[in-house]
Amino acid sequence: MTAPLLYALAGAMLCGIGLFGLLWLSHLLRKLLAFNIMGSGVFLVMVGLPQHQGGPDPVPQALVLTGIVVAIAATALAVVLIRRYYHLSGMTSLEGDPASREGGAE
Amino acid sequence: MIRTVRALAVAVACLAFTGLLGASIWTIAGNSTPVNLPQLLSENLERSGVEHPVTAVLLNFRSYDTLLEIGVLVIAGIAGISMAKTASLEDPEVRTSDSLLYALQRWFVPLMLVLAGYLLWAGSDRPGGAFQAGAVLAATGVLMRLGGVPMEFLRPGLLLRIGLALGFTVFLLVAVASAIGGDAFLAYPPGMTKILIVVIESVLTLSIAMVLLALFVSAPVNDAEDPEEGSSS
Repeated sequence: MTAPLLYALAGAMLCGIGLFGLLWLSHLLRKLLAFNIMGSGVFLVMVGLPQHQGGPDPVPQALVLTGIVVAIAATALAVVLIRRYYHLSGMTSLEGDPASREGGAE
Repeated sequence: MIRTVRALAVAVACLAFTGLLGASIWTIAGNSTPVNLPQLLSENLERSGVEHPVTAVLLNFRSYDTLLEIGVLVIAGIAGISMAKTASLEDPEVRTSDSLLYALQRWFVPLMLVLAGYLLWAGSDRPGGAFQAGAVLAATGVLMRLGGVPMEFLRPGLLLRIGLALGFTVFLLVAVASAIGGDAFLAYPPGMTKILIVVIESVLTLSIAMVLLALFVSAPVNDAEDPEEGSSS
């Protein structure tokens, strides 16, 4: 057991915690945060695991850097969509009877 | 009671998933790697045009990852802007009248611009580069936005489109020019590697900042009519 391997296993735990939040919580913002926690767990695994033998590896670090940028853009887009959905339907979750939803101006 | 059972079922499923993932990590850690990537990288680093290994991977050895990434960012930015629903990009509802913010802006905005430039240049030999510089530039834009500074380039129109597409377009042009010139796609001509990487990183910085700032501006929603496409509204 080395420190990088500990980080990788912590990343696996973050994936599990994020998955639970994603499946269990119904509020869209909370789902988004849980999904980001899963993503952070993946990044931890990708950076920690290659360092287990032979020290830092720039290739997975570059991949994680690319992933972080894409994740922040996707998160911002998701927030825009959530706000638009709330504006149109007045609901903060995807559950509920479609017939009972109040339609927006569009 | 039903809710508790459902919660337990979800928790057990997530624990099983975590256990499987942890077991996979443990198995992978126990095996020796067939390819020594850090060694390969250090052997070829001097041909990459930069001295920092992560920057070399991002913009030379695996630059198609970076090309596709900026493509994803542009798509996200366009989608976010198409969702925008405010009367004006300078809607008074999202503006503050904090005099402390006004005073701090005068100090922070120039410093943040200098910091972004430094991060961009530092990427060639130490941690830094287009993404870090772009994030700092975007934060500068958010600060100006909250302080009510008018920003013409965020109105729907030509400047916005050029800003969003510039990074991806230049990167793609360099890639295709290499292919047309007889080299492989995304292969830099020897001797011009450093210059091309700096140019690509500069335009990437602008596009990344523009995408993130546009997504921030797109988030507020009110009951106003949709602005006309391309109008100065």
